[in-house]
Amino acid sequence: MSSTAFIVIAILTLAAALAAATLQKLMHAALSFAVALVGVAAFFFSLGAEFVGLVLVFVYIGAVAVLIVFTILLTRRDVGKDRGTNWSGVIVAVAVFGGLIWTILETPSLSAAAPQIPALTVRRIGEALMTNYVWPLQCIGVLLTAALIGALILVMEERR
Amino acid sequence: MTPTLQIFLIISAALFSIGLLAALSRRHAIFILIGIEMMLAAANLNFIAFWRFNPGSLQTTGVMVAIFSIAIAAAEAAVGLALVIAVYRHYRTTNVDQLDQLKG
Repeated sequence: MSSTAFIVIAILTLAAALAAATLQKLMHAALSFAVALVGVAAFFFSLGAEFVGLVLVFVYIGAVAVLIVFTILLTRRDVGKDRGTNWSGVIVAVAVFGGLIWTILETPSLSAAAPQIPALTVRRIGEALMTNYVWPLQCIGVLLTAALIGALILVMEERR
Repeated sequence: MTPTLQIFLIISAALFSIGLLAALSRRHAIFILIGIEMMLAAANLNFIAFWRFNPGSLQTTGVMVAIFSIAIAAAEAAVGLALVIAVYRHYRTTNVDQLDQLKG
């Protein structure tokens, strides 16, 4: 990938993420979050994992972002009261960022160029899912079913 | 210049820190969920980057972990947002500072 496109995607992703974390209006923050995830999916595409990028777009933007928007609409009366920033949280986040950057820059083996690897086809992913990863796949199915039934029970109206 | 692993790790660290910032400094429950989802996306970016820069590997382990992690993140978001709606019904607020019933 050309470095210009990479820089553009990086700036777009980080700016959208920062907007999602700092904007006062909840709806604007949720839409910026969707833009940031588009940027992450573009990174996945550039790294050769097209299938995972597509899954990220479908699951996060098609499902999670829409779910967040609907939750904001359902809790509408409370919107606009999020005043005041917790400064200790900002300090912790900056400290974590500094620690991570220091570790990454101090590790010498990270600047190697990307090796040539065979293309990741959907066929290879499917074969791996059905052979080595069939047990985690079934567990994920059970987990998703249980989570969605639990979510339904939580939001169901209580009848007295 | 082609992007190296270092640059991907730096971007992922920045995304993680922004997610942590959203989760720790905001008082609205939905902002906290957005921050957690952003941290999970940063972790997925790390998995994919390490998979891509692993020399001579035919394994698909990093990709598989990323796919499963996306599925778990979806389940977590569904339950978390359902909890936000349930809390809003009881207390008429989603500000986590006001949910202090269990305070000693």
